[in-house]
Amino acid sequence: MDNSKEFGRDTSRAPISQRKQEFTEVEKGSIGGTITVTIDDMEVNVPMGTTILEAAKKVNVKIPTLCQHDDLCLAGVCRVCVVEVDKERTLQASCSYPIFNPIKVKTYSPQVRRARRNIIQLLLKNHYGDCYSCARNNNCELQALAKEYGVTSYKFGHIDKPRYEKDESSYAVVRDMNKCVLCRRCVRTCIDLQEVGVLEALDRGSKTKIGTYLDMPLNDVICINCGQCINRCPTGALKAKDPAEEVWKAIEDPNKHVIIQTAPSPRAAMGEEFGLKPGTSVTKKLNTAIKRVGFDKVFDTNFTADLTIMEEGTELLMRLKSVLVDKDESVKLPLFTSCSPGWVKFIEHFYPDRLNHLSTAKSPQQMFGAIVKTWYAKKNNVDPKKIVSVSLMPCSAKKFECERPEMNASGFKDVDYALTTRELAGMIKECGIDLPNLPESNFDDPLGIGSGAGLVFAATGGVMEAAIRTVYEIVTGKEVPFDGLRVTPVRGMDGIRKADLPINSALSQWKFLEGVVLKVMVGHGTANAKKIMDMLCEGKLNDYHFIEIMACPGGCLGGGGQPIPTTPKIREARAMAVYAEDEGLPYRKSHENPIVKQIYKEFLTEGPCGHLSHKLLHTAYLKRGKWIGKPRNKKYPKG
Amino acid sequence: MQSKREGAVIFSGIEKYAGIKQALEMGRKEVLSEVRDSGLRGRGGAGFPAGVKWNLVAAAQSEKKFVVCNADEGEPGTFKDRIILTEYPGLMFEGMIIAAFVSGAEKGFLYLRGEYKSFLPLLNRVLGQMRKDGVLGKNILGKKGFNFDIEIRLGSGAYVCGEETGLIESLEGNRGEPRNRPPFPVNTGYNGFPTVLNNVETFINIPHIVKKGAEWFKSFGTEKSAGTKLLSVSGDCKNPGVYEVEYGITIKELLKIAGATEVKAVSAGASGECISVSQFNRKICFEDFSTGGSLIVFGKNRTMIDVAENFLKFFKDESCGQCTPCREGIPVLLEGLILIKKGECPKDYLDDLFSLSETMQLASKCGLGQSSPNPFVSIINNFKSEYKLSKIAKKEKVFNG
Repeated sequence: MDNSKEFGRDTSRAPISQRKQEFTEVEKGSIGGTITVTIDDMEVNVPMGTTILEAAKKVNVKIPTLCQHDDLCLAGVCRVCVVEVDKERTLQASCSYPIFNPIKVKTYSPQVRRARRNIIQLLLKNHYGDCYSCARNNNCELQALAKEYGVTSYKFGHIDKPRYEKDESSYAVVRDMNKCVLCRRCVRTCIDLQEVGVLEALDRGSKTKIGTYLDMPLNDVICINCGQCINRCPTGALKAKDPAEEVWKAIEDPNKHVIIQTAPSPRAAMGEEFGLKPGTSVTKKLNTAIKRVGFDKVFDTNFTADLTIMEEGTELLMRLKSVLVDKDESVKLPLFTSCSPGWVKFIEHFYPDRLNHLSTAKSPQQMFGAIVKTWYAKKNNVDPKKIVSVSLMPCSAKKFECERPEMNASGFKDVDYALTTRELAGMIKECGIDLPNLPESNFDDPLGIGSGAGLVFAATGGVMEAAIRTVYEIVTGKEVPFDGLRVTPVRGMDGIRKADLPINSALSQWKFLEGVVLKVMVGHGTANAKKIMDMLCEGKLNDYHFIEIMACPGGCLGGGGQPIPTTPKIREARAMAVYAEDEGLPYRKSHENPIVKQIYKEFLTEGPCGHLSHKLLHTAYLKRGKWIGKPRNKKYPKG
Repeated sequence: MQSKREGAVIFSGIEKYAGIKQALEMGRKEVLSEVRDSGLRGRGGAGFPAGVKWNLVAAAQSEKKFVVCNADEGEPGTFKDRIILTEYPGLMFEGMIIAAFVSGAEKGFLYLRGEYKSFLPLLNRVLGQMRKDGVLGKNILGKKGFNFDIEIRLGSGAYVCGEETGLIESLEGNRGEPRNRPPFPVNTGYNGFPTVLNNVETFINIPHIVKKGAEWFKSFGTEKSAGTKLLSVSGDCKNPGVYEVEYGITIKELLKIAGATEVKAVSAGASGECISVSQFNRKICFEDFSTGGSLIVFGKNRTMIDVAENFLKFFKDESCGQCTPCREGIPVLLEGLILIKKGECPKDYLDDLFSLSETMQLASKCGLGQSSPNPFVSIINNFKSEYKLSKIAKKEKVFNG
């Protein structure tokens, strides 16, 4: 079963008729559940209810599409995929036409080709902007269609000036509706896939456009910056806010010490930007490339992922003790992870009264920033003022997270710039660096060692797996009872996954956990987060202890800053690459990371959740609610 | 009971609730076959046989079913449903009740166009009276287990909500945008349940058919278009108004009734299709000149290009904006029309516009998109003397390379 389809069906609030189509037993049952249709004179046998588009794929007929996306519910609005079906008066959209009769389909009859060419001309007519200055140049579905269908001129004219102002209000997402072709993938992503519901079609007829509530700037509405809309936009109408120019300036400035931390998921996906197939990890080649680009140091975010596990794991144990032993009602369980800035903003907007369930631990990116400008600066005798802290992230929401005003406990901004996978790829390409064929090199000391546990943060369930590997061992003194440390119940791509972990023979210090069954849950995509939070509000999660939530489908490896396109298959391939890399690392558990041990010995001497940890590595949240309009707290960034 | 207006079927006399009483006497099956045998076709424009529709809903297995009456009359030049809504609402509701009886629906909606808001008090009063009379509510007219009631929902003025799936979307509280078909409302309608969705005029025929029989009904009209049609006649004529005419009547005969002389053109087809004098022998019926119910008369002083422009401007605003051919195509046709008006449109570009019109007719998502190029195509084809094409070839922005 294709997980993505389940995912879509589960979460879709689209009108019933436009969801992934489901069929009655009668419909499925007739003619033995399958049916033979003729597509371009080729016969193909498919299950009842298969769309023409899917059936055509089986006989290697490629029907062009634009609004269709494997992650999203049906739309049938662009009409690029129309085909001729016998007995039908009009052309039919193959993406949304379910087969129940032995139809004959023609996918490139003169009529069909004429229609497609005309439709593509219509799409181009109001698509304002030049390809060569577009972030999606050479990776644009509209451009590809224009090429495939021999567009040599603008038959029906072409718009010569922009109609809309660019919306650059958000720290993360830039919207240029002049490039929008109204396929509504972003709308379906925001409403159905993520259940945030910031984007909708406004007005009608030729004035139709995609916009926010009252067409307000994106930073004034409840956008969580997840960037999933960017990943699914066929054109350059949506993109992440690119700080590459600022980063270049810092690199060029000899007085600046420019460091970069690389998160694990971009490393499993960066290859795609250079033509490698999805699921090719390029971690060490990327190190070489980054140094050639001109960064002074390249560090591993996995190190602070490990640190996150130490802090968050300790927080979990402390909360368990407060709840189970001290019966302190002010302390809340289950504890929710706080690594995903999209999720954090989601809960701040949608469940502001439940923020006390959220771990106070900063995300690995922010912890890294704080450590670099304190411990690292001191150790290496660098003035923190001169440090420019850059991060390579799979994520658009990380850009917003950098700008949160409380993220400066060291006296300096934790992280100065967050680059997405796509943006760093652009910088590497600009230097003419041939990433796939580079020699490998290691991370720099001292922040260059991360464990496999930190690495698997990249995939949904990874934080949970890492936490289980460490917490179980701290409490029982033994390794987790899973073959090869693979905590398989929390792996996979199901929207919500649950696992029970019985604790037996706890060490004396943790005797109160003896016999306790640790109940954990993993959710990815905010639509699933919403389900989990609704369960929490209904009191159905009272017996749960720890819940991991990632805002993006697939976890970080499906983040809004990752290479485009994204499909369930691509995300699975990236996950496989991450898990494979984990197996080969010398350290597989966060608490075994020697740098982690060293930092608690040298710097954070009170240990996890100690005083200094709290100052540098923990944070607080804001009850944002769904207030739209003038921000109530003017000091706070809105977006 | 005498009718206020004159007409063979719709305006013919019938006792209050006679249709329902007769239906209850006959039973579901017989009513269904009577409606089927009558050959009654949907009066909204598409002409789908009502009996087939009802049969599909009646046969569907579902815990809930619905009956919806489309009173979102918005076709340019139509105002015939308002006559029914204001003068014969009870009879129309009777049609819905019979549909509910046959299909097993317990809830009905009247989707009233926003502009007809002023009819609300009257319609609610009628519904209240019907509840008092026991033809709405529980155990209708003593028939155990036959429960049905009707709620009126208002549209907000979007033309596209007259398209049946767009109407259902609107009814559900969503943006009024047509859905993909299949699935059809007969199995996936309001909130996903099987739904009988017919036009005001279709429903009002039902009590007559049930009471007076399919044979009687078929004695009016033509072979494939049984019964009569309500036409909203407007424009350059002496007697504008709503007329009930038998299917098969020619345009010429109609114009005589309307008192129209010196007529240049008539718009009577779907979405403003216009024909000229040479075609005035055509008959109003599904097999020849099918119409949703409007007949606009254009006198000899009218400029047909302006007429086309007016229609296209309307569609440009009223397209739901969902699918490419309709949303983007209408403005292109409109721009083209302006070129034609100025005499600046070359022949080859006109060919492009016709090709585009074909694409819109074939590839648009819903019936409204599909018929939106009709005024353009029909006027350009039928009134060639009204414009001149340019001899200069059109300059396209050609790409380098």
